[in-house]
Amino acid sequence: MTQITANTAIEESLGARAWRWVRAVNPVYLIALALLVWVGIRNPVFFQPDNFLTFLQRATPLMILTAGQVFVLVSGGFDLSVGSVVTSTVIIGAILANNDPNATWWVILALLLGGFIVGLVNGAVTTFLKVPSLIATLGMLLIAKGIGLFWSGGAPRGYLPDNFRMWGRGGIEGLFGLQDFPYAVIVLVVFGVGYWLLLHRLNYGRQLLALGDNPRAARLSGVNVNLVRISAFVICSMTAVVAGVLLGGRGGVSIEAGTGLEMQSIAAAVLGGTMLLGGRGSIPAAMTGALALELLFTLLNLMGLPKPLRDAVQGLIIIGAVAYTAYSTRRTR
Amino acid sequence: MKPLRFLSLLLIALLMLALVACGGTTTTTEEPVEEAAGEVEEAAGEAEEAVEETGEEVAEAGAGLGMEAAAVASEFFSQEELDNSIRLMDVTPEGPEGEPWNQALEPNFIDTTQYAKEGPYTFCFSNAGVNNPWRVVGYNTMEAEVELHPEIEEWIHVDAEGNDEKQIADIQDLVASGNCDILIVSPNTTLALTPAVEAACEVLPVVVFDRGVQTDCPATFVQPIGGYAFGYTGAKFLADNLPAGANVVALRILPGVDVLETRWAAAKQVFEEEDLNVVEVQFGDGNNDKVKTIITDAIQKHGQIDGVWMDAGATAVAAIEAFEDAGAPYPVINGEDQQDFLVKWQEEGLTAIAPTFPTFQWRTAVIAALKVLQGEQVPDPWRLPQPAVTQDNLEQFVQPGMPPLHYAMCGCETMPDFPERWGGTASE
Repeated sequence: MTQITANTAIEESLGARAWRWVRAVNPVYLIALALLVWVGIRNPVFFQPDNFLTFLQRATPLMILTAGQVFVLVSGGFDLSVGSVVTSTVIIGAILANNDPNATWWVILALLLGGFIVGLVNGAVTTFLKVPSLIATLGMLLIAKGIGLFWSGGAPRGYLPDNFRMWGRGGIEGLFGLQDFPYAVIVLVVFGVGYWLLLHRLNYGRQLLALGDNPRAARLSGVNVNLVRISAFVICSMTAVVAGVLLGGRGGVSIEAGTGLEMQSIAAAVLGGTMLLGGRGSIPAAMTGALALELLFTLLNLMGLPKPLRDAVQGLIIIGAVAYTAYSTRRTR
Repeated sequence: MKPLRFLSLLLIALLMLALVACGGTTTTTEEPVEEAAGEVEEAAGEAEEAVEETGEEVAEAGAGLGMEAAAVASEFFSQEELDNSIRLMDVTPEGPEGEPWNQALEPNFIDTTQYAKEGPYTFCFSNAGVNNPWRVVGYNTMEAEVELHPEIEEWIHVDAEGNDEKQIADIQDLVASGNCDILIVSPNTTLALTPAVEAACEVLPVVVFDRGVQTDCPATFVQPIGGYAFGYTGAKFLADNLPAGANVVALRILPGVDVLETRWAAAKQVFEEEDLNVVEVQFGDGNNDKVKTIITDAIQKHGQIDGVWMDAGATAVAAIEAFEDAGAPYPVINGEDQQDFLVKWQEEGLTAIAPTFPTFQWRTAVIAALKVLQGEQVPDPWRLPQPAVTQDNLEQFVQPGMPPLHYAMCGCETMPDFPERWGGTASE
């Protein structure tokens, strides 16, 4: 056995070996790297530490949102409600805080509680009422957006205080000799490492993956299927609240804050090799997928393509990337 | 099983990506600005104008399209109307001092005795939508105006939710009900609503405002000077406060909406005449986050941005914050009359101006309708003044306690239930 592989390896040309190595790596990393280089060529100052951190700050909400989405995706579901949870977080946060810096902490806690409840409802409806998650969360999309807009009377009211906004906007001055080390990047690292541990190193992650792969087998092997599935939705919704706090911090109050994020987060996760319908996914790869998506947006912006063309190019590139990912993950399966 | 599963996965992925790709545009067109009016025509056309302006590398990308686009763009543009708009900005309005909603520019009064009727009245209003902050402020103002007139016994409001088909059906239903003494229409799009308005005119008096229709049949048409004046005011202010050759970023919401195209057309002409260096023309979709990204990238790419022109102000504060976060000096900027921008302007002592598309026109529509039913003379068209917030009158329009996206040019400060009706608090 070893003899045979050794022989074939010797017979392979250098190019073929490199190609094999390339194929073994999750393609999302190569895609991200290629985009990174491309952006760097278009904009040489992009790699200056301050500029790059600004970019990471911008990419953080989508990256952690994608990580949260992965939990639901690997369990075999979808969460379409994250975009409107983000929007509602921003709108309701502004109403509750109403520019009072003392209110910030309880408002963030209240919002997280709201996210917890949304996730609980999503999970419970999917689990106990047997409504497909695509429909359950589609309903939640409308409910969350509706509540946010109704409460605000159709137009955002109130402001987010500065200490609420600092998470998405501010940073630690002078850390590592940098102008500003964004808080958002710290949040990114914490969530990245935490979710990686949770999904890939802890028993909970194994149960979740088993559930997504084959719910029946998971149940028979003693996994509390309902609890695990519901918790995945809760993690996703609460992550959406965190992303909303960051986005509201970065951009301020807007009813557009979360527009399109549900699709972007799912696309990013798929780009990172997460399997729709469950059973397979990786937090680092999915977050890199989100990074790649943000890089793509930046690149298309830098190229100055008119918007309609930009949308079309974006769609094409994403389809190509996902098709390639799907192709190569199928081969390595 | 395996190939099937792979196929379905790919299919779902494709579907989703198609959604991502169009998601951006479909969801944002809902928001389009306030007044964002008229027929959303071919988008491709105007978008090319952006290409033309954004510099060499881009010019390469779409040079061929540029030619074709220029032709389409001209459909949005009328030099005559632009010149007329600029002229109207200097015309002194006729009407009661300090009540711009009751004033008219160069009014051509028409006789309405044919519509005269005894009160009390039932007013019916077919609204294009209440789907953005500008329309929310406008509609709140309109309801307050209705309350000021006891002669209006019943007020029937139908919201078309930004949908042409629904609005056509709404108008037909209102007319068929026979309850309406007069119909006020704020059309969703110009071309689609014209036949419905024409049909309504045959049965009862109609007042159109905000966006127009292509027929003279309504009793009167209420409209401020329009998009050219908005774009011109902002661009001219930039030109007056910046040296020739200064770097300017132009931020637009989305292509293909006529009132927004006219704003840009007027600004573009000013920038060309005054030799400002427009380094970027970008569509921000009315999204704070996206606008912040555009400005941050522009500062990185061009080193220094001296001025920012916007075709609508909802994202002005995000644009200003991008300068703060980049540690760059504030630009000369135009926003709009939203509170958050005015507050920021005052706090930071910006060099700024806020052209408006005044929300007080929602009052005027009700006033005009009442005059028509009472057989009084009304101007047709009723051209409203379109004042700008400037450094001189800024203080008057900064209203603490009002929501960030409250449009200050509502003429609503003395109306019943101000400020609560508009989401504000009286405390401060």
